[in-house]
Amino acid sequence: MSEILDRARAQVLTDGVGLDEAAILEVLRSPDEDLPALLQLAHDVRMKWCGPEVEVEGIISLKTGGCPEDCHFCSQSGLFSSPVRSVWLDIPSLVEAAKQTAATGASEFCIVAAVRGPDRRLMDQMREGVKAIRAEVDIQVAASLGMLSQEQVDDLVDMGVHRYNHNLETCRSHFPNVVTTHSWEERWSTLTMVRESGMEVCCGGILGLGESLEQRAEFAAQLAELDPHEVPMNFLNPRPGTPLGDQPVVEGKDALRAIAAFRLAMPRTILRFAGGREITLGDLGTRDGLLGGINAVIVGNYLTTLGRPATADLELLQDLKMPVKALSATI
Amino acid sequence: MYCDRCGDPAADGDHTACAAARALEPPRFCPDCRRRMKVQVVPTGWTATCVEHGTRTS
Repeated sequence: MSEILDRARAQVLTDGVGLDEAAILEVLRSPDEDLPALLQLAHDVRMKWCGPEVEVEGIISLKTGGCPEDCHFCSQSGLFSSPVRSVWLDIPSLVEAAKQTAATGASEFCIVAAVRGPDRRLMDQMREGVKAIRAEVDIQVAASLGMLSQEQVDDLVDMGVHRYNHNLETCRSHFPNVVTTHSWEERWSTLTMVRESGMEVCCGGILGLGESLEQRAEFAAQLAELDPHEVPMNFLNPRPGTPLGDQPVVEGKDALRAIAAFRLAMPRTILRFAGGREITLGDLGTRDGLLGGINAVIVGNYLTTLGRPATADLELLQDLKMPVKALSATI
Repeated sequence: MYCDRCGDPAADGDHTACAAARALEPPRFCPDCRRRMKVQVVPTGWTATCVEHGTRTS
C-alpha cells in the first residue's frame, strides 16, 4: 500500500485533520491497485467523523434557462445554443415537488434558479414559495440563487432558508477557463456573507471540466479552507450546445479516487453525490462511492436532467445499512 | 416526425445515441413540429409543453 495511505490513516482517521493540497494530489495519483484500500480508508473516516447516516435531498429548478452567465458546462446559459428554454415554476407545483421529496424521507429541499443573482421578482417568488412549503411540508428549505447582496442574504435568513448553495465549481486557477462573466472571487464573497449570516454553507463543484489532477487537488484544498457544511460533488455530464459539450466524462476510477481524496481533505463535511454520477459511475460506482466517503445524496431528478429513481437509491441505502438522516437530526 | 432530443428529422441519420441519452434526459423538441418545448423537471418526473401540440409528461 502507498505510503500516503498510511499517512492519511494516522492524520485523518486517527486525528481528524484533513490532508493538505500536496497530500491530496498524492492520493489522486495513487495507483489503481490501491483504490480498494483508499476507498475503505475514506469510508472509515466518514464513519468515524460523520457516522453512518446519509442526508437525502431533492432539488428543484424555480427558474430554468435564460441565464446571462457563461458557465461553459451549463445548458441553462442564454449565451449558448442549448435546447433548454426559459421557464418558471409556479408555487403550487413547487409545494407539490417539496411534498414528493419529503415523501422519499428526504430532509432537504433545495430551490435553485438559473440567474447571476436574484432580482426582486425572484426574491418575491422565493418568499412566497418558502412560506407555502413551510406551511404544508416538513422539510428543511435550502436555496441556490447565484451571487447575493448583503440585503438578499438577510432576506433569505428572514424567510427561514437554512442552507445556501453556491458552488465554486472548480479551483481558482481553472475558473477563468470555465466562466468569464464573473470571477471566482465574486463567488467567494457571497459564500463569506452566507457564512457570517448563520446560514449553513453548501459549496462544491463539478469534476471533469478539463482541470488537471493538480487543479483537482487545488480545488479540494480551497474547499477545505472554506470549510463548508456540505460539499456537493458533480461529475460533468456534457450538455449539447455548451462549450464543454464534447468534453469526455470522468473515468469511474478517477471519480472514486476524487471522492476519497475530498473525504480525506474534509473528514467532517457532508459530502454529497450530485449530478453526473449516473453517467460517470453507474449503479455499481454509486455503491462504491457510498462505501468510499460519500454520506449524502440528491435523490430523483436534477435541474434539467434525470437521475436514478429515488427508490433505487433508498433501496441501496437500506442494503448498505446506512440510515437516512431524519429531519429531526438536521434541525 | 422529429427526434425529441436533437430536433432533427427522425428518419434522417442515426438517433441511437439520442435514444440512449434520453434515458437520463427529458425531451427538448416537439416530435410533431420540432419546436423547442418548455420543459420543467421535478424530482419525480418532468413535463414538456409545445405551444402547438400541448403537454407531455413522464
